[in-house]
Amino acid sequence: MKRARPLSPHLLIYKPQLTSLLSVIHRGTGIFLSFGIPVLVIWLLTLAFSSEGYYCMDLLISSFIGRLALFGWTFSLFYHLCNGIRHLGWDAGWGMDMPTLYKTGWIVVLLSLLLTVAAWSLGYAVRAGAGA
Amino acid sequence: MVEFTLPPNSVINKKGKHFDASEGAVRKKEFRIYRWDPADENNPRIDTYTLDLDQCGPMVLDVLIKIKDEIDPTLTFRRSCREGICGSCAMNIDGTNTLACTKPIDEIKSVVKIYPLPHMNIVKDLVAEMTHFYQQYASVEPWLKSDSPPPEQGERLQSKAERALLDGLYECILCGSCSMSCPSYWWNGEQYLGPAVLMQAYRWIVDSRDDAAKKRLEELNGTFRLYRCHTIMNCTRTCPKGLNPGRAIAEIKKMLATQKSG
Repeated sequence: MKRARPLSPHLLIYKPQLTSLLSVIHRGTGIFLSFGIPVLVIWLLTLAFSSEGYYCMDLLISSFIGRLALFGWTFSLFYHLCNGIRHLGWDAGWGMDMPTLYKTGWIVVLLSLLLTVAAWSLGYAVRAGAGA
Repeated sequence: MVEFTLPPNSVINKKGKHFDASEGAVRKKEFRIYRWDPADENNPRIDTYTLDLDQCGPMVLDVLIKIKDEIDPTLTFRRSCREGICGSCAMNIDGTNTLACTKPIDEIKSVVKIYPLPHMNIVKDLVAEMTHFYQQYASVEPWLKSDSPPPEQGERLQSKAERALLDGLYECILCGSCSMSCPSYWWNGEQYLGPAVLMQAYRWIVDSRDDAAKKRLEELNGTFRLYRCHTIMNCTRTCPKGLNPGRAIAEIKKMLATQKSG
């Protein structure tokens, strides 16, 4: 009897590189962002209907874990946005050669980090200004 | 579907044989090569060969040939032209797919790891089963389809601009490096045509002498055949001929999105 042929190794032996890495981060941030939607909805609902509920949500979000998740969502939002624009460029046929691809890739990474830090700085500045 | 692990019969046994042929060598280099023998009952393994680079040619293929000739004649791999035009020796070297014959050993800093093309059924050692890939290529009917009879004398002529559209497409040697670097092709290769085949489909779509572009586009317009491409761009990153299959796929998508319906 002929033996079943083995499957050659793939994901775990292939070198991580900017092309595939940014793609998988795009997926990951997309999924993570969708987890944020129910949180946003609950927060808005408590804001509209229940001051105690809102207070609870505020405590939850202001906690260390809450802020960590919020930070993750902020980064995910900016990354997904920036890389989404990169995708739109590709769909229009722009920027598909390797040098441009790497350049725009790094720009997306830097820009999304920068925007995240900017958003949080602004947030804390507003909070401090409000005296909270 | 995404897989993180290999099936039980494909899990690699890291403890293979070790061949040392580097006695008195100044420039020692270690090569770890994927091995699988259909004749025995064992799982794939990694064999290690230590070589003297001063006794060997500059390319990875030179190493494989030297091992087969002088050290271990059981090592099996495909090769033919040794100059990057036949596409036989495509494999995964140092983590990316390329041609062994045009990959200089010098480019690899540490140990050289050599695997067959990823996510393929293995016939023996570095030889992957390519039948499905070739069938997919045949499915795009990669030949000229014209509504007009050939001219009585001479050839079907193209303008310089029309001919230029084929540059960067016709040079493909169908080695499979790009398709087998594509995670979408790994997970959905049964239906997804993959970068190499899609670029050849595009090569005929844009050929001014071909009259079947509309039909060809219709054939590609399916979720799994074309749109499993998520523009990861591993294909273009790895092409040993410096071609851009990712761009060809994007152009096909663009043509389908902008063509007038009805």
